[in-house]
Amino acid sequence: MERSSHARGDSARLDATFAALADPTRRAILARLAQGETSVMDLAKPFAMSQPAISKHLKVLERAGLISRGRDAQRRPCRIEAAPLAEANAYLEKYRQFWERTFENLDNLLEEMKAEQARSPRKKRTH
Amino acid sequence: MMNTGKTKVTTPSDREIMITREFNAPRALVYDAYTRPELIRRWLGVQPGWSMAVCEVDLRVGGTYRYQWRGPDGMSMGMRGVYWEIVPREKLVSSEKFDEAWYQGDAMGTVEFRENAGRTTITTTIRYDSQEIRDAVLKSPMEQGMAAAFNTLEELLASL
Repeated sequence: MERSSHARGDSARLDATFAALADPTRRAILARLAQGETSVMDLAKPFAMSQPAISKHLKVLERAGLISRGRDAQRRPCRIEAAPLAEANAYLEKYRQFWERTFENLDNLLEEMKAEQARSPRKKRTH
Repeated sequence: MMNTGKTKVTTPSDREIMITREFNAPRALVYDAYTRPELIRRWLGVQPGWSMAVCEVDLRVGGTYRYQWRGPDGMSMGMRGVYWEIVPREKLVSSEKFDEAWYQGDAMGTVEFRENAGRTTITTTIRYDSQEIRDAVLKSPMEQGMAAAFNTLEELLASL
């Protein structure tokens, strides 16, 4: 079960990504940014939060490489960065596929169990 | 029966993984498949080239379970745990620990069974001791250890 050294090298960056994604406010910010570039001021509006508090979250997201900020000193528009998000998603997807394969076994078993029950309808088993 | 893509995986908090899946069977059957060893061994963790060699279940609060899988080239993988809560056909709470743990400490798993119109939805929530451990599990799921088997024995599963 050892992870390869290559996988370990990627690890720190992914940790930052998952940590950044763990917070509901930061996930909401990303969802908002997925609709397009937004200034910090506009971004803060829907949240019951001060602009400095939002800025703190933005810094975490920026450090994780999940967003980038524009040069415009006034607006500092935020933009979502797709690559690290896609990478984190890929891990979730691999994990999901493992379970999907396992549950397909269970689908097949349940079909057999239903067929057997139909063939020999006995009293319901009590557990 | 193929149900590809029906499994949902989410991270409801920073220490948890939640897996949701619907099955076309009543809850009593699904619960049996989760708790009776002769049924468990036919599906759980069974991947191409891998089968369950040991499956022991002492289904009572404080009782233990023990699973061990055997793979190609003498590879094996095992896990064990203790049942903490049992509500027949509704809920199972148990700890889980792998023999060669790629994460530290115990994880706690909760499986809930909900039936609606003859179909059963299972929600499994696994809680780890820390976010670091949870993330490590997401990044190197069980299949990591089975990668070699995948390359050589892809289609066996279809016949199950």
